[in-house]
Amino acid sequence: MRIAGKKIKPATIAVYLTVIVVTVIMLLPFAWMLSASLKLDRDVFAFPIEWIPAQPRWQNYVDIWTKIPLALFIYNTSKLTIIVTLLQLLTSSFAAYAFAKLHFPYKNTLFLGYIATIAMPWQVYMVPQFLLMREFGLNNTHLALICLQAFTAFGVFLMRQFYMSIPTELCEAARIDGMNEYQIWAKIMLPLSKPALSTLTIFTFVTTWNDFLGPMIYLTKTELKTIQIGLRMFISQYSAEYGLIMAASVVALIPVLVVFLALQRFFVEGVASSGLKG
Amino acid sequence: MTLANPALSDNRTDAKTRRKVRVVTRRRRRIENALIAYSFIAPNFLGFAVFTLGPILFAFALAFMHWDGSNPIEFAGLDNFWRLFEDRAFIDAFWNTIVYTAVSVPLTLACALGLAILLNQKIFGRDFFRTAMFFPYVASLVAVAVVWNMVFNPEMGPVNMLLYTIGIPPEDLPGWAADRHWAMVTVILFGIWKSMGYYMVIYLAGLQGINSELYEAAGLDGANAWQKFIHVTLPQLAPTTFFVTVMLTIQSFKVFDQVYMITQGGPGTSTLVLVYHIYNEAFISWDLGYSSMIALVLFLLVLVVTVVQFRRQRED
Repeated sequence: MRIAGKKIKPATIAVYLTVIVVTVIMLLPFAWMLSASLKLDRDVFAFPIEWIPAQPRWQNYVDIWTKIPLALFIYNTSKLTIIVTLLQLLTSSFAAYAFAKLHFPYKNTLFLGYIATIAMPWQVYMVPQFLLMREFGLNNTHLALICLQAFTAFGVFLMRQFYMSIPTELCEAARIDGMNEYQIWAKIMLPLSKPALSTLTIFTFVTTWNDFLGPMIYLTKTELKTIQIGLRMFISQYSAEYGLIMAASVVALIPVLVVFLALQRFFVEGVASSGLKG
Repeated sequence: MTLANPALSDNRTDAKTRRKVRVVTRRRRRIENALIAYSFIAPNFLGFAVFTLGPILFAFALAFMHWDGSNPIEFAGLDNFWRLFEDRAFIDAFWNTIVYTAVSVPLTLACALGLAILLNQKIFGRDFFRTAMFFPYVASLVAVAVVWNMVFNPEMGPVNMLLYTIGIPPEDLPGWAADRHWAMVTVILFGIWKSMGYYMVIYLAGLQGINSELYEAAGLDGANAWQKFIHVTLPQLAPTTFFVTVMLTIQSFKVFDQVYMITQGGPGTSTLVLVYHIYNEAFISWDLGYSSMIALVLFLLVLVVTVVQFRRQRED
């Protein structure tokens, strides 16, 4: 076959066709969601689907803010996500520096403690963890979720793997120049580890933002809820108001979409590198 | 000079003290270095030890106790363990988890690998396609699950409407999440759709690590595309496949969120999975000891699969 004077192999056409079909399957639910969010409830299930509503109902996007405290949920989630991500980056890269570049007694034993729990599903120890938090009086606080998500074995492992690839001579040269370990970490290691830091940022951001079971167990007060459980509550309360549910879902997706598109390049590289090293 | 002698002895003691001082300073420096290292680790390790390691040890102990969270803890011996065999819901949850894993792991893996191979070629708009495939993975689960429920709604959803339009009679239309036989299929389809983009990216990295000379050599030997795939791509990707299999298996064993949102474990117990049962026993029935015993089963499943995979990896 010839297109624009170029010869095109049938195999190439097959590749494009498959890729396009799969992409459509992947994105269709989002398109449907967006389209339904601009419809009246009774039009949502009209068939054949009217993809672009003739009279878009923007009112749905106004109503959701008054029907549920969506702004409060987004605030709560943003607060949790930002604190968890910052703590995770700071403490993980700090600990990882010692594991990668310093010598001290029980280094391997301590690191083994981290490694051993990487494959351990959180669900195995979520119950005792909840009891512990309750003992500390942290039930129904955001602090509980911060403590639960900020200190992960995964973060330390990811950062350590990256620091191992930075030449040790660099640290030694800095020591001769009179830097102490904290300065080496802050002025040499941190600036060099941007790829690993962005990977960890994205992973932590997405996990915390989208976490469901954690907030569901810990937060029962409406004013503390995150967007995920808030949205879920809304869905069960107004189960027939499809247009509103879809509008709220679109709003809940936007922050992740923005972060994802902004850091997309790092994301793909990061997943790839952490995958291969893990 | 008579003073020479004391001076000499002075020198000798000097050397001794200096050596002693050196040993002391070296020891002190070692302790100092260790303290510096510990100060790096402490902020993370304290949080990790208190909120992860502690609860893990507690979980194992709790599996052999009776506790409702408020009355005193009682030692239960193997009571909780024997109860597993009499608990219909546990047995269903166990098998459902196994079925979910056995079906979704190979399917997700195959889709991810296929997509990675397609999107590793130089095609127009490649970055867009990659991003599109990856997006469901980062998208909020609650939001996409509710769309999924509407799209697969048995009475009015577009999927069944489409099936009806192409000629499937209404009584043969799948009931999806509302039907005992289709509920698991619905949950599995959702899982594959949501996570395959992530594993595709890991496979893409693996593909990029393959030396292109291997393909050239295979080409010179007269290998066709299929033979190249079987004899070059697959063996070269073995470490990636190992990693993806382990990750996927662990993810499947601990599946919960999507089941909770799409089927609530039903109809009946047809999509009840282990983590759902742990959740019910702990936070609905407050039977903390028994729920920890189920958690222990989940842990052992993950452990067995990981060890078996590692063994196989080493043999290869």
